[in-house]
Amino acid sequence: MLFQPAIIALLLASGLAALMIAASVPFACRVLLRWNLASGSEDQLRLERRTYLVVTLLKIVMAAEAAALVLFVFNADRMASLFTGAMCAVGTLKVDSWGFPALYLKLAVFFLAGMWLVLDAVDNKGWDYPLIRVKYGALLALAPVLVAATLVQAAYFLGLRADVITSCCSTLFSGGGVTVTSNSVAALPHGLALSLLAGSLAVALGAGVLVLWRPRLGWLLALASAAAFFMGMAAIISTISVYVYELPHHHCPFCILKREYGHVGYALYVPLFTATLCGLGSGIAAWAARRPSLAEAGPKTARILAGWSLLGFALFGVISLWLIVRSSLILFEAVP
Amino acid sequence: MKWLNRQRALLDFALSSLRRRLGKTLGLALVYTLVVAVLASVMLFAHALRREAALVLAGTPEVLVQRLVAGRHDLIPADHLDAIRGVRGVKSAEGRLWGYLFDPAAAANYTLMVPTDRTIEPGSAVVGSGVADARGVAPGDLMSFRAHDGKLVQFRIQGVVSKESALVTADLFLVSEGDYRRLFGIPEGRFTDIVVTVRNPREVRTVAEKIDAALPDTRIILRDEILRTYESVFDWREGIVLLLLSAAILAFGIFAWEKASGLSAEERREIGILKAVGWETSDVIRLKAFEGMVVSLGAFLGGYLLAYLHVFHWGAALFEPVLKGWAVLYPDFHLTPFVDELQVATLFFFTVFPYTLANVVPIWRAATVDPDQVMR
Amino acid sequence: MIHLSGVKKAFNQGRANEFWALKGIDLEVPAGKVTVFRGPSGSGKTTLLTMVGCLARPTSGRVRLHDRDISALPERFLTDIRRSTFGFVFQNFNLLKGVTALENVMIPAYPLGGDHGALRKRAQDLLERLEMGPKAHSLAEWLSGGEAQRVAIARALVNDPQVVIADEPTANLDSDRSAQFLDIVAEMKGDGRTVLMTSHDPLVAEAGVVDHVVTMRDGVVVEQR
Repeated sequence: MLFQPAIIALLLASGLAALMIAASVPFACRVLLRWNLASGSEDQLRLERRTYLVVTLLKIVMAAEAAALVLFVFNADRMASLFTGAMCAVGTLKVDSWGFPALYLKLAVFFLAGMWLVLDAVDNKGWDYPLIRVKYGALLALAPVLVAATLVQAAYFLGLRADVITSCCSTLFSGGGVTVTSNSVAALPHGLALSLLAGSLAVALGAGVLVLWRPRLGWLLALASAAAFFMGMAAIISTISVYVYELPHHHCPFCILKREYGHVGYALYVPLFTATLCGLGSGIAAWAARRPSLAEAGPKTARILAGWSLLGFALFGVISLWLIVRSSLILFEAVP
Repeated sequence: MKWLNRQRALLDFALSSLRRRLGKTLGLALVYTLVVAVLASVMLFAHALRREAALVLAGTPEVLVQRLVAGRHDLIPADHLDAIRGVRGVKSAEGRLWGYLFDPAAAANYTLMVPTDRTIEPGSAVVGSGVADARGVAPGDLMSFRAHDGKLVQFRIQGVVSKESALVTADLFLVSEGDYRRLFGIPEGRFTDIVVTVRNPREVRTVAEKIDAALPDTRIILRDEILRTYESVFDWREGIVLLLLSAAILAFGIFAWEKASGLSAEERREIGILKAVGWETSDVIRLKAFEGMVVSLGAFLGGYLLAYLHVFHWGAALFEPVLKGWAVLYPDFHLTPFVDELQVATLFFFTVFPYTLANVVPIWRAATVDPDQVMR
Repeated sequence: MIHLSGVKKAFNQGRANEFWALKGIDLEVPAGKVTVFRGPSGSGKTTLLTMVGCLARPTSGRVRLHDRDISALPERFLTDIRRSTFGFVFQNFNLLKGVTALENVMIPAYPLGGDHGALRKRAQDLLERLEMGPKAHSLAEWLSGGEAQRVAIARALVNDPQVVIADEPTANLDSDRSAQFLDIVAEMKGDGRTVLMTSHDPLVAEAGVVDHVVTMRDGVVVEQR
């Protein structure tokens, strides 16, 4: 394994996070079995007090996981120089077969954790903790994903050896090649990718506006956000990144985060991720609004989250457009 | 707006709470700052070294060709130059002459070299700053060495290499080609090794493979491989040191936990009052979290600044030896300051994250006191 | 306004030192009146006050505030209701040391996120009404007993509560100050607030301003006047 500080830090952070969540699992079971708000018994009071601890721990864990995701990608990019043939994060991740699974699991943890936090925030607005069982049930579902992410990440790091020859992004992301990820995505015709992106963004924005008017339609926004997320990622890989690099065959989604491209990657990813998360959250809030104690707070939260989602998607659309327009690369004959 | 007001009010109160318990706060902050400073020093130092190495290597040729005899490095014949120049993609190929010269007077090894970028007068030498310091010589002085046949060869010091490049030039002893061959007894038509520059950086590997095929008695070393190895070594050393320091982090975590748990009677009373007058558990947790955040931020910034000064202004006096390696001739050099975002983020994970976690349970225990406690 | 039915409260439940402070209370607290709770120590009057004032939840039984059942509310919402409905004056005043009188008064309102400037003014006005204006910036530990109590009262009133609860208010005061305190109570009643007090002091129980007296013993109500 590589004794790099960032790797040690990531292992430490993930390990602690997994430990915390594993420690919360027995508590979650107890809540599912014994929670009874109507009772004033000391057992119930103790359970209620404990929830504060668990939620605080989880908030910290989830914030750390979000930061760790960024650190993971950043570090993968940095480490590229240690591997022959690796030019950026993609090469580093391909060194070991656990690389990309680790990344995907971390992404999953990010979204699931974010959704759980929305669930918690909404639950706290109801005077009878209406979602408590749902929340802790969801925790039981989230725990294995987080533990899996920790283990896979560890497997990945343990498998890293500095001199292994790996493929760099141009092998992975050009039209030919035989690898699993993103190949078909990179080969997506540009016109199609952009129109699909525009379409999905329009649907998401429309859904967002609908939710502002009728919060009950939050589920629509959630679905639209998820779709827009995947379309957004596909568009970045197949087309937008090409415009940024001004090289028709460079499709890497990580290189746009680098200094030489002005870190524009962040300007794309941050709005996209935030918008998706808020959209999903809005769906959750709208679904929860069916409970009587959340009749007021649920729709309000759904609206607020929908607002942020709209902002995020709009920003993403604008920035993508700007990147395409300012680029010296011309992919479409008709564009002047 | 309401949310913002609430955070501001809580933050204000957190600051005033810290001020009220200044002694305890400062004690914790001091330890915290030191922990950050030590870790940051290690990281800054290692990173600066890595960057220096990369910068230094950036100007070197992409490929090095050495001849191996029975697995050991031997002199390389000049006709290999023609074979190499014949490979497509090679921009230039030059033979290098260098070796090690042991100086009994200083009990040190010098790197004796024939420079390619200048000509040295026969009988003269240009020395590195480390050599000049070790032997106490200045331009105009004489230095003598025994050649391979026992005869004495004298050199007049023509100049001293500037201290700025001391990292790589401290132990240099530059002489003319004639003097070199005379000193070591190396005949014409033989070089120590051959350096090759390649036209297209993307083709370095292919060119290297062709040279390897053409000259089976050689080994090819790529600059990128050297760079990678250096990076690995520095990473590895840095990692080991950090792991050793993990004991310090653990101790710090325990210390933080103890401090946070050891609420004085006065603090307990305060929290009881807050809960009695209408603060919820989450408000108290938020208050304590703000206190922790302020301390963390202060310690992180202070520690990082301290580390920066330590490494870039005071020469990392505390652990130079471990990270640089062992040698008789220590180049005295100043590292170029470089702050790296990845490093800052990593440092954050090593320090603030464990501190925050260590505080959670004590804060929770303090905050979940019953509101009617003050009345009992 | 506040109804208690069959309220029981236990401490250290399930353990060897289990103790039932309240053993079944049925009580109605009328709005806009001054009620005093009497009884020897250990009679449960302080615990009863915590039930009435939403400081704690009953182990069993129901508490209704304005016809809303609050016995099963989690701490978060109980606190919310308590903040806006009740103001507490504690027996030993419980002011924060090292903090000025003015700031002590403002503290209960911090989590509400209101405008800081307006809060400051409101706190200042309250202190002036209680003749503590000039001492607003003194640290709490420098105040005398009577002064501290007035700051405590101002603090209790900062969120404009409907009900003011005072626990043994005259225990640490001389007769003059006790009389002054009862004047303040009359003022609050005049403002339309409900006042609840516990007291050993016959001065308080017999005072003219008091409308009801509830006597307790061993966790049950023995007399209501």
